[in-house]
Amino acid sequence: MNILVCVKQVPDTTMVKIDPVKHTLIRAGVPSILNTFDTYALETALQLREAAGEGKITVISMGPDQAKAILREALSVGADETYLISDRAFGGADTLATSRTLAATIQLLEEKNGVPFDLILCGKQAIDGDTGQVGPELSQHLGRCLITYAVGLELTENGIKAKRESDEGYDYFTAPLPAVVTMNKTPYDMRWPNLTRFRKARVADIPVLTAQEVIVPEDKRGLKGSPTKVKRTYTPVREKNGQKLAGMPAADAAKKLVELMGAAKLI
Amino acid sequence: MIYDAETQAMLDLVRDFVNKEIIPYVGEYEKNNEFAWPILHKAEQMGLNLLCLPEEYGGPGLTNVQTFAISEEVARGDIGIGTTLIANCLASYPVLIAGNDAQKKLWFDVLKEKGYAAFCLTEPNAGSDAGSVQTTATEDGDYYVLNGTKSFISNGPIAGIYTVLASTKKSAGIMGLTAFIVERDRPGISIGKEEDKMGMRLSCTSEVIFDNVRVPKDHMLGKKNRGFKYIMETLDHSRAGVGAFGVGIAQRVVEEATRYAKQRKQFGQPVSNFQSVQNLLADMEIKTQAARQMYLHAASLMDAGKPFSAESAIAKTFGTDTGMECAVNGVQVMGGYGYMKDYPMEKLMRDAKILQIYEGTNQIQRGVIASACLKKYR
Repeated sequence: MNILVCVKQVPDTTMVKIDPVKHTLIRAGVPSILNTFDTYALETALQLREAAGEGKITVISMGPDQAKAILREALSVGADETYLISDRAFGGADTLATSRTLAATIQLLEEKNGVPFDLILCGKQAIDGDTGQVGPELSQHLGRCLITYAVGLELTENGIKAKRESDEGYDYFTAPLPAVVTMNKTPYDMRWPNLTRFRKARVADIPVLTAQEVIVPEDKRGLKGSPTKVKRTYTPVREKNGQKLAGMPAADAAKKLVELMGAAKLI
Repeated sequence: MIYDAETQAMLDLVRDFVNKEIIPYVGEYEKNNEFAWPILHKAEQMGLNLLCLPEEYGGPGLTNVQTFAISEEVARGDIGIGTTLIANCLASYPVLIAGNDAQKKLWFDVLKEKGYAAFCLTEPNAGSDAGSVQTTATEDGDYYVLNGTKSFISNGPIAGIYTVLASTKKSAGIMGLTAFIVERDRPGISIGKEEDKMGMRLSCTSEVIFDNVRVPKDHMLGKKNRGFKYIMETLDHSRAGVGAFGVGIAQRVVEEATRYAKQRKQFGQPVSNFQSVQNLLADMEIKTQAARQMYLHAASLMDAGKPFSAESAIAKTFGTDTGMECAVNGVQVMGGYGYMKDYPMEKLMRDAKILQIYEGTNQIQRGVIASACLKKYR
């Protein structure tokens, strides 16, 4: 079982505050973490490898040098190999340019290994950008099957079976390998690092892949290769226009509530 | 002592684990009288049950400073969990001290597979007087046959392997005791009474009964009739770790007491404004910091290969007396709330007491320290 996991270093959004005047994110002093959804992807990879009884887990990330921290974290929980994709030429990339660069990296590693990865796992989205586009785009660049928003994943005789939450319950999807799967929040959290691995990971040499190795045409990478243009960022105005059903017995309030919700076509 | 970057990184990680996975849940396990397996399984993933494993046997290969400092962090969360995890170190030391390569491999392979080990020294009539062990080991061909009852054994019910001290020459007293490695699945081993304890309730303590248990001769540690020496060396070593447990409790107490004193208002202001409360907090902090340096000093001596027996006893005595004193005063700072089970302080006070008793009472420690004085100052 040969699994590749794509991860991203993001600011801990639970600790980010918004500047009340400029309406921008205050990033100063906010710790960087391994994107939460990527932790589910990584833990799923670890569990699949355990279920298969053997396998290799490769973890890649695109970002500045400090993103090595999340790759060390991946090593400390059980990843075998990590690569940081880092070059000024890749800077300012939107989701399309990012996914092209990741796809080129995956192809490079597959050429090096001589075999394709059986499975590519991503978090469903990064908690900073929240686009959810990179995983699906990656599957298109690579021409592989895609399953999104999985909350569970198991190996079958000839591929994988993914579980996804829907309004009615659960949907199950199967796909042949190789495939790309993006992970939603799973019922399990990523395991804690093992101390022995943690010590090794702290000083591990993390290979860096630059634009010299990862070949993407100049107009398809970084800021230049990004069709997304941010026009304006702003904080949506919070409107409080709810209605309180007070001053009547609970039973009457319930009836009134159902009436109102019916009128608003909510039920 | 200032920790190096690696040690500090490990301690930060363990503290994060303790804050998220231990502290919020132990009260509930204790209330329901349940063994905290889910917490322990997470700790096992981190390798916290294998702290003393050398690198060549698949362990983290930590220094004594690192092992004890991590022990403090775990004890800050719960000493029941801490004792369960770190009793493995206590049980492993005789093997590390006197075992050959094959024995070490056997021991650590079983420990890694089963997760837990236990140190079987204490008996109903051999407590502080560890030399009066009545369990016997009699030679029979290629085997020793063990008979006797060990009591108050931490991890007794869950251990996959034991280190056992038994008498091989009754008439010779402490010079007739021998140490053995005994796997749990050997016929004739059973678990007796499980103890209902005042504190440390998330550690399991039981009798371990040996009834004609046949142990191959190659399971004997070191030399015959030299077991008492290995066990005393083991206790010399592990004592500083018990001191670290005391510091863990003291540290937790000073954190909880300070937090409480800052938010509890009486006479129109937080009680932390009153000098009488401040003095209690300051004394806690002074002794906690001092006790920490003591166990780290003993551990540094171990890491440097220097004698550490007295320093280890000093660290144990001061560290655990500090844990107890802080817990008693912690309850006092919180007043009536400190006495109630809704707050963690009463549990810390019940937990702290065992540390002044196990692995050599603090009275025995003072004996060790005094005899070192008598030798040193002529």
